[in-house]
Amino acid sequence: MSTRHDITLTVNGERVTRLVEARRHLIDFLRLDLGLTGSHAGCEHGVCGACTVRVDGEIVRGCLVLAASLDGAEVTTIEGLSDSGEVADLQDAFVARNAAQCGFCTPGMVMAAADILRHHPDATRAEIREHLSGNYCRCTGYQAIVDAVESTLTARKEGVR
Amino acid sequence: MNDMPTPASIGLSREDLPNSYIGRSVPRPNVPKLVQGRATYTDDVAVPRLVHAAFLRSPHAHARIVAIDTAAAAKVPGVVRVFTGADLAKVCDPWVATLEHLKGMKSAPQYPLPLERATWQGEPVVAVVADSRAAAEDGVAALAVEWEPLAAQLDMETALDPGAVVIHPALGDNLVFTRTAEKGDVAAAFASAHKVVEATFVTGRHTGVTLEARSILADYNRAEGTLTVHHSTQAPHMMQGVFAKQLRMEEGAVRVICKDVGGSFGIKVHVYPDEVAVAAMARIMGRPVKFVADRFESFVSDIHARDHRIKGRIAVDAEGKILGFDIDDRTGIGPYSVYPRTSAIEGNQVVNLCGGPYDFANYRCTTTVVFQNKTPTCQYRAVGHPIATAVTEGLVDLAAEALGMDPIEIRRRNLIRDDAYPYTSPPGMRFEGLSHHAALAKLLEMVPVERIRADQAEQRRRGVHRGLGFASFIELTNPSPFMYGIGGARISAQDGATVRMDPDGSVVVLSGVTEQGQGTDGILRQIVAHGVGVPVERVKVITGDTQTTPYGGGTWACRGAGIGGEAALQSAIALKQQILQVAGTMLQAAPGSLDIVMGEVVERETGRARMPLGELGRIVYFRGDTLPKDLARELVQTRHFITKEYPFAFTNGIQASWVEVDVETGIVKLLEHWCVEDCGRVINPLLVDEQVRGGIVQGLGGALYEHCVYDEQGNLLTTTMADYLVPMSAEMPEMHVGHVETPTNESLLGAKGAGEAGTAGAPAALMNAINDALRPLGARVTEQPFTPARILAALGRI
Repeated sequence: MSTRHDITLTVNGERVTRLVEARRHLIDFLRLDLGLTGSHAGCEHGVCGACTVRVDGEIVRGCLVLAASLDGAEVTTIEGLSDSGEVADLQDAFVARNAAQCGFCTPGMVMAAADILRHHPDATRAEIREHLSGNYCRCTGYQAIVDAVESTLTARKEGVR
Repeated sequence: MNDMPTPASIGLSREDLPNSYIGRSVPRPNVPKLVQGRATYTDDVAVPRLVHAAFLRSPHAHARIVAIDTAAAAKVPGVVRVFTGADLAKVCDPWVATLEHLKGMKSAPQYPLPLERATWQGEPVVAVVADSRAAAEDGVAALAVEWEPLAAQLDMETALDPGAVVIHPALGDNLVFTRTAEKGDVAAAFASAHKVVEATFVTGRHTGVTLEARSILADYNRAEGTLTVHHSTQAPHMMQGVFAKQLRMEEGAVRVICKDVGGSFGIKVHVYPDEVAVAAMARIMGRPVKFVADRFESFVSDIHARDHRIKGRIAVDAEGKILGFDIDDRTGIGPYSVYPRTSAIEGNQVVNLCGGPYDFANYRCTTTVVFQNKTPTCQYRAVGHPIATAVTEGLVDLAAEALGMDPIEIRRRNLIRDDAYPYTSPPGMRFEGLSHHAALAKLLEMVPVERIRADQAEQRRRGVHRGLGFASFIELTNPSPFMYGIGGARISAQDGATVRMDPDGSVVVLSGVTEQGQGTDGILRQIVAHGVGVPVERVKVITGDTQTTPYGGGTWACRGAGIGGEAALQSAIALKQQILQVAGTMLQAAPGSLDIVMGEVVERETGRARMPLGELGRIVYFRGDTLPKDLARELVQTRHFITKEYPFAFTNGIQASWVEVDVETGIVKLLEHWCVEDCGRVINPLLVDEQVRGGIVQGLGGALYEHCVYDEQGNLLTTTMADYLVPMSAEMPEMHVGHVETPTNESLLGAKGAGEAGTAGAPAALMNAINDALRPLGARVTEQPFTPARILAALGRI
C-alpha cells in the first residue's frame, strides 16, 4: 500500500517522532497522529486555506505537504501560535469585530493573517485582501476579517511609536 | 421589546442600563475558541472502536447496477466490511419526500444506497468501512461494479416532452409539482398596458460549499439499544426523528449531538443517503462509524439549488404604475425530491415571492418542478428569494428603461406604502408590517447617488463602464407550521428554552435552536442576561443535544432569533419572577418591590443592593431548611414559543450595487455595495450586520462565479474548488449596512430573521448594476452567473 518513514520534527516547540505512511499529508498527520485538530481539512487540494500552518517560518498548505518530507522541520499550528501569545491582539480583534462566524476557516485565516503581521506591517487594506485571497471564508464576506487585520496592524504601529 | 422597557423606550442610551443587552453589539462568547482552534467539529470527536466509511459513487448519470463484486475490497488491509443497498435495506426503510399541502406533488422512494439503479453521477452506491478513511478508500478502489448505462434526462426543459427519459417509471412522468397563483385579470392588464416588457432569466445551479463538509459519526450501542449520532446539522431534533423512523427505532433511543458546525447555509438541514447509510451501518455493526465528505463528494452530493429558467413579463401604465406580472418558472431538481423538506419549496417560493415588494393587482405565476439526472436540489440560503428578486427587479428595471424613468423613481411609485399594513400580496402572502419606503429613504442617505451618477458619466467619456443597480426585496422568516408541518413533515416550527439559575448565581440556558456561526449562542446569552438581569458573562448557552435541550426545530429559515430567542426571553422573564418570589420571602419584601440588576437583587425604586444572586443560590440549594416549607424554590423555567397570527414574519430591505464592467475582458469589478434591511428588533447590530454582509457575498458568488457545470453525459465538471469558484477576499467590495426596525407584534422580543436578506437581494442588485453599465452599449445580461463569456457575448464580442 504505502511505505513508511520515521520522522522526527518539532511541532509547537515539542519534539515528536512518528512512523508515517509515505502518503500521509501534514494536515492528517497533525489531526490524526498528533490530535492537533485546530487545523482543518477544507478541500484537500490546496485551494481553500483551512489547513494553513507554519513550516520553518513560512505558511504552507497542510494538505499539499507530505509529513514524510518534514524530518527535522519546525511546525507551528494554531494551537502553538495561540499558546505563544504572538497573535493574541489579532485574535482579540477577531472576537471584537466578529471576524469569525462558523470558525472553520478561522485558524487558517489567523495563520495567514499572522504572516501579514510578521512580513507586511505596512499592508494596505487592498494588500490585506490580496494576501488573504488564498483563504476562503463562506460566512463573513471577508470585510470583518480585513477590518480585524487592519486594526491590529494599526494598533501595533501605534504601539511602536 | 414590545411592552418591556428598553433603554431607548425610557429615553436612555443603550449603555445606561447595565444589563439591558437588547440592541447592543456584545461580542459572541464562542469566538475565542474559534480563533484559537479549540472548537469541536464533528470530525474532531474521538470515540473508541471507531471505523471510517467511504463510498463508491456512481460514475454515470443514470445506470442500472448489474452486479457488485465486493470480494477484492473485503481483502484490502484495514477493511472491516462492505455494504450494498440490499444490506442496508434490511435495517433501514426508504423515504419519500412529498408534502401534503403541495397538491399533486410526487417523488419516489429513496434508499440510503440504491437497490437497482443509480440516478445521478455521484450518488452513493456501495459503502466500505475500514479502520481508517484511507483504507476505506483503498477498499472502494478495489470494488468492481458492473454498470449498464441508461439514457439520462439532463435538460429540465425537455423533461416533460414525449420523448423524455422517465426517471421513475412508476410515477408516469418527470413532473414533481406544479402550481399557478393567479389574481386579478392578467390578460386585461397586459392588453391595456402602456408598456409591456419581457425577459427570460436564468439562475445558475450552484451549491453551498460549507467549508466544513458534511460530517457524521454514528454509534449504536447494542447493550443500551441506543443510537448516538454526532452530526454536523442545523436540526438535531428533526434528525433524531429521521434516524429513529428510518431505522425502526424509538425516538427516545436516538440522541443527536451537534457541537460546532462549520457552516450550513441550508446545506445541513436535509437528509442525505450517505449519512443515513452511516447510521444504518453503525446499527448493524454495533460500533461507531464516521463519514466526512471530501470536497469532490460535497460537490456531487451536497444539495444544489437555484437551477431555474424564468420567463417573465411586466405591464406598466404611462405613469410607471405596475399593472401586473406574468411569470413562468421551470426548475430541475435532480432525480429525487429531498427529504423531508422536499425540493418543490424553492419553486413554490418563486410563486409566493415574485413582485413581493410592490403594490399591484394582477398576477400570474406558475412553477413547474421536474426530475432530471443531476444532483438533487433543495433549500439553500434564501430559498427562492434570489430568484424571485432577480426576476422582479430585473423586470422593474426593464420597465423603467422602457418608460425612460429613473430606477429609484419607479420603485418609489410602486413599493407598498409603509402605512398600508396589514397587507396581503397577490399570491396570498400576509405582511404584518414592512418598511419599503423608509428603507429606500435610508438607502438614499447612504448611497451618494449624485456623486456616483456624475462619476459614471465622467468614466463613460473615458470608455470606462460603471453601473449602479438597485433591488428591493422581501424575506420570509419565523415560519409557522404552514411551511412544513401542515404538509405532514415532522419539522418543528415551535422552539423551547430552559433557563435555570445555579447555586453561584450564574444562569444556564438550554435551547432547541442551534449555532452554525450566525451568533445564536451570542444572542441567546444577551436575551437571557437581559431577561433575568445578570451580566452576559454569567450566562452559559447550551445547544445542539437532543438529550438535554427542549424540543425544537433548530436553525433554518431565519428562525433562531425570532422563535428561539423569544422562547429564551419568556423563560428568562419567568425565572426572574421565580427568583424574586424567593428573594421576597428571604428579604421580607414584596416581590414586586424588587428587581434584579447585574446579578444582584435590588430595591426596584432606589436601586439599593439587597442580595447577590450567589447568596440567594447558596440558601436555596444548601440551606433550604431556612426557607418556609411551602415556598416554591425551583430556580428553573421552560417556555416554548410559536408564532400564532401570521404564517411567516416577512422582512424587507433594499440593496444597491456599484460595479465596473471591463468591456474588453467581460470581468465585473465590484466597487461598493449597500444594504438596508428591516429585521424587526435588532438584538445585536454587530451580528446582524455581519449576517447581512456574509449573505450579500453568498448572493454575489452565485451571481458572478458559482456554477455547477455538467457535460452532455451528466458528469459534473466543477468538482474542485479550483473549478467551482467562490468569492475571495480580494474580489469582494466594501459593504455598508443600514437598518430600519419594524418589530413584529407576535412576540415580546419583536425580532424577525436577518440571515438571508443579503443573499435574497444581492444578485438582483448586481444584475441591474451590470445592465446599467452595459445599457449605453445596447447589451444586457439576464443569465446567472454573469461570467466574462456571457458579458462578452451580450456585447457581441464573442
